[in-house]
Amino acid sequence: MISAPKMFVPAARVLHWLLAAMILTMLFVGIGMVASISARHDWLVNLHKPLGIAILLLVIVRVVVRWRNPPPVLPADLPLLQRLAAYASQWLLYFLMLALPLVGWAMLSAGGYPVMLGASLRLPPIFPAGPVGFAVLRHLHTWLALLLFVTFLAHMAAALYHGLIRRDGVLSSMTWRCRARGAAED
Amino acid sequence: MAPTDEQRADGPKMSRQNAPMAVFISSHKRIGAWLLITAAVVASAAAFAYVGGWLTPGRLTPQRLVNQLQDNAGTFAGFRRNHAKGMCVSGWFDSNGAARAYSVAQVFALGRTPVEGRFAIPGGNPYASDSSVPIRSMALRFTQANGQQWRTGMNSMPVFAVGTPQAFFAQLQAMQPTAATGKPDPAKVAAFYAAHPETGPFRAWAKTAKPSASYATESYWGLDAFVFTDAHGKRQAVRWRMVPEATAADAVAPGAGDADFLASDLGRRLAQGPQRWELQITLANPGDPTNDASKAWPDNRRTIDAGTLVLDRIEPQDSGSCRDINFDPLVLPDGIAGSDDPLLAARSAAYADSYLRRTSEEAHWPGSLPLPEHRP
Repeated sequence: MISAPKMFVPAARVLHWLLAAMILTMLFVGIGMVASISARHDWLVNLHKPLGIAILLLVIVRVVVRWRNPPPVLPADLPLLQRLAAYASQWLLYFLMLALPLVGWAMLSAGGYPVMLGASLRLPPIFPAGPVGFAVLRHLHTWLALLLFVTFLAHMAAALYHGLIRRDGVLSSMTWRCRARGAAED
Repeated sequence: MAPTDEQRADGPKMSRQNAPMAVFISSHKRIGAWLLITAAVVASAAAFAYVGGWLTPGRLTPQRLVNQLQDNAGTFAGFRRNHAKGMCVSGWFDSNGAARAYSVAQVFALGRTPVEGRFAIPGGNPYASDSSVPIRSMALRFTQANGQQWRTGMNSMPVFAVGTPQAFFAQLQAMQPTAATGKPDPAKVAAFYAAHPETGPFRAWAKTAKPSASYATESYWGLDAFVFTDAHGKRQAVRWRMVPEATAADAVAPGAGDADFLASDLGRRLAQGPQRWELQITLANPGDPTNDASKAWPDNRRTIDAGTLVLDRIEPQDSGSCRDINFDPLVLPDGIAGSDDPLLAARSAAYADSYLRRTSEEAHWPGSLPLPEHRP
């Protein structure tokens, strides 16, 4: 009999923390650059685009890793509502992580901008140029980013709740040392 | 191992076989944990709000800059928030290859690059008279064969009034028409100039400048400094301008009461044949200021003729190809980069906000202004 894994596989854990750092950086870069007129603005815009595409590629790898390595099951005593919230927020995170870079890329395409990832690396457009498409995608980009930030806050709060209050091994299944579930009586 | 608080709270009651998954902790530790979680969420949200400018309403943001432009000129849905009145043009650029020694940009290789552009007058009012300001502007988008673009917005004066976005914002505030007279408060304008001596060269130019009768007879200066990079990675600070083939002597004086003479003049000229400008690129000497568009470089700086801009087609701005172009001066091909000029990032950021406002109006996005039925 093969027991369910207690931890995420190492590849999933590395990708999780790498993406966490990149996405959090990305959210702050994004919200900062649209509110800045200083030289930072240009610097941040030029960071935002290649970082976004890097996140898109890593999220695709993360999806493949997750699909091939089922994650640990949630604690059996987790209330139904919390269980549903856990699944819903994870699916929302995956959706937003994939959608945001694609909407950003499509938005620049619709605005008629060359999608430059550096001085000379250019991605092809993925959306026809036009003001209506641009405006809708540009607003969508902002709202999805705000939703991602709120989802991140919920995800972080839930992880800390599992790690500090429930101490049920859910947080440690994504960190470096496995805290055996229900091991406290040893 | 000595039992800890949480073990005392829950531990002794359970056996190994039917241990619950969760190991809850004592109530006072629990309060501490909840406080920690709340603090983490609040601190993250506060940091995000701070970076986004929500906690610092005094910060100069692109939105405040564009709001001030609207306060000065009025808000006209669907139009650019500055240089609102203009028209689309198109043609090409014939490079003679001379600038290739300084920049690897494909546009400077020997050959032809298609160009879309726009002539306009400054100000946010699309119904302003062409004689209301002595400045004209030319904005261009060069689309290279490799898909990279060079966008530039130029004005018909050799220096910009100010060197920083903060000074530009202060200038807009000083120039805001008062409710009583519909004109700027002279005392505020005088106070602004007194506080900003860097406006001297621009004011000296403005004293003798007259509204031209034609777009075709003007020179257009890029004003901001940029940096060229050659094939060996060597960097060279530059400024550029477009010098017209047509001279002011060719101009026909506009009829009295005609507020839109620039469009009819350009249409008349283009019906007779293409209009041409020479692209002149001035190379900075070491030490020339690249971070201050209010300061001209000395006249004896080396200038190269990079080729000829040919414009042969005119279209109205509400249906022409320039309508949906944001002439962001930091959309640049490999071989041209922005300098340390602080106006560049501010222009890029403010143009993006203006572009979002007018495209949102085109899209009838909720909360945006309705489009007028007729547009000039």
